[in-house]
Amino acid sequence: MLRGIQNVLMWFEHRLVLRETFWPIVRHPVPRSLRRKVGWMYVLGSTAMTLLFLQVATGIALSMVYVPSAGEAYESLNYLNFQVPLGWMLRAIHNWSATMMLVIVVLHMAQVFLSGAYKYPRELTWMLGVILFFCTVGMAFTGQVLRWDADSYWGLGVGAAMIGRIPYIGPALVDLMMGGPMLGGETLSRFFALHVYIIPGILFATLGAHLYLVVRKGISEPPEQGKEVNPDTYEEEYEKLIADGAGDPFFPGPMARDAFFIGFTLLFVLALAVFLGPDGPGLAPDPANVAAEPVPDWYFLSLFAVLALSPRSLETYIILIGPVLIVAVMLMLPLWAGRGERHPYRRPVAILSVIFISLGTGVLTWLGYTEPWSPHMNAWTGNAVPVNIVKRLSPTEMQGAVVLQLKACRNCHALDGIGGHRGPDLTNVGSRLDRPTLVRQVVQGGGNMPAYGKQLTGAQITALVDFLHACRPENRPPAVVPTPGSANATKKMGGNDSS
Amino acid sequence: MGRSMNDTEKPTTDNCCKTDRRGWFDWISWLVLGFASILLSLPIIGYLFGSVIWKKKDQWVPLGKVSAFKPGTTEMVTIKNPVRGPWDGITGELALYVRHLPEGEAKEFQVFSLHCTHLGCPVSWFDEPGLFLCPCHGSVFYSDGGYAAGPAPRGLYEMKYKIEGENLLALVGHLPTLQDPGSANVMASQT
Repeated sequence: MLRGIQNVLMWFEHRLVLRETFWPIVRHPVPRSLRRKVGWMYVLGSTAMTLLFLQVATGIALSMVYVPSAGEAYESLNYLNFQVPLGWMLRAIHNWSATMMLVIVVLHMAQVFLSGAYKYPRELTWMLGVILFFCTVGMAFTGQVLRWDADSYWGLGVGAAMIGRIPYIGPALVDLMMGGPMLGGETLSRFFALHVYIIPGILFATLGAHLYLVVRKGISEPPEQGKEVNPDTYEEEYEKLIADGAGDPFFPGPMARDAFFIGFTLLFVLALAVFLGPDGPGLAPDPANVAAEPVPDWYFLSLFAVLALSPRSLETYIILIGPVLIVAVMLMLPLWAGRGERHPYRRPVAILSVIFISLGTGVLTWLGYTEPWSPHMNAWTGNAVPVNIVKRLSPTEMQGAVVLQLKACRNCHALDGIGGHRGPDLTNVGSRLDRPTLVRQVVQGGGNMPAYGKQLTGAQITALVDFLHACRPENRPPAVVPTPGSANATKKMGGNDSS
Repeated sequence: MGRSMNDTEKPTTDNCCKTDRRGWFDWISWLVLGFASILLSLPIIGYLFGSVIWKKKDQWVPLGKVSAFKPGTTEMVTIKNPVRGPWDGITGELALYVRHLPEGEAKEFQVFSLHCTHLGCPVSWFDEPGLFLCPCHGSVFYSDGGYAAGPAPRGLYEMKYKIEGENLLALVGHLPTLQDPGSANVMASQT
């Protein structure tokens, strides 16, 4: 019996010759120093790859139900969520595994960057890795489009508006992206093709080359302080680390560590999927529903913040040149810094860059999440004037409070911290601006505020300014702007409230 | 058969001409393949870039009876997009803001796209303050579509309109962007 099985296996082996081709690959030697704790730094790449395989598996499963048609996609997702047994679970795994994959890919990049593993002779491995990173981001964006809810719909609109700013060819690229003059069925089909055929094709081809180089050029040895990469001698020295039994075969030793970490990550993804469930779909992709307040998925929140905060005059340049610069710097990094010290302790600029980039992205993501620049569309009817302010108002000032609410000022201005945060909080505005300044600001606008002159009657302006004037802590004098040369400027500063 | 043996066996005096002929055939072969590839790629490229090369044009679409819009008001109108596809579903709809100007103004109507000129998010109309507010990055526009505040680079996109009999029509279809704005192509008041 056993002999029979052996014969069958040998029959295949005789034809496939795996012992000569595949076996040496899984047994490729890695430096023995990976046995130390630092070896745990090497598990991220294979984890990202495993998550990619999980994405393919769950993605194929989802495609058996999902309908990539603008009229039916949204419904088919709700059908998956609520009708198909375990459909919600598959959507959740696909979503959280994608999230985790992005996180792991970024960590992998940071680790390779910090340990200088991108230096000679592994420059091309890094460059292919950069392509893999952007493919992953591309998969995330196109995947979010397939969710085909209001966020996806308007997210595409934002994409179109950005592309439309490219000089000369912008409008043509917009039509190419949308598959027509407007967002619709052909847009969704296009992004389905991108998400399912085109980007995965590029991704797997690049991954193949990336892996080929990893095995061919060998895994980088853990960096040592003071040991510089010199292209003339590096390969000879590396050979000493792995040749003639000096290294460990990747399988089974070091690979077991990968297996543990991958297993742990998969359990984590499963837990996220079970406890947090699938993401959306949110509101239907209704072009007429202005109540939709589109927000991108978390990984684009920082970009969302950049677009809100960049100066108007520079914005187009930031949108168009920024990405090109980022891609160029990432791709060219190993050509520029491809030799020398590898250990992070000897590369302060590398450490500072990682700290700076993560802090910057973190802060921008937080800003994108809180979006203080966005008006609160329902504040004018939803947020009342706080009682502690109302109770000390005169009748005219109360009329002013009504004007403030009715004219939707609260959408951008908070009282006691409640309301929009686009403009300054008005709780104490009376102690910052005097009456003439308040009138001018209301009537003429300015400083990123619209002019309300045409929308308000004289009585309304008086009432509103009275109210704003009264918006200050009790016992705090109203603001007075000293005019140069005015005799009573100093006296007024003393705090006599003339109102 | 015999001839090919001759070819390999004896280097004849007309060797030069034979290699010339073979070289010429090689050239022809590659040329045929190249020509076929280019010819074949034309329809494929044309298909892929069809939405750019044969772009669907905007069309006049009725928005409703003129009498339905009260002077001095702005309201949203939802119509079927004339350039929609057969399975566009709800995304085949198109929403516009129609402003009926107060009597005595130079023109009677203004038709705006919902898309903010900053990055295309849908602006909301607020009747009392007479403003359009964008939920994404907080751009603000006046009731005439002019820029009021925020990161937008210009006023709202405006569409051409005409009145035929009792009906108000607008020239609509494509998604307006900065270099391909609404059909009225009016740069509304800028700062």
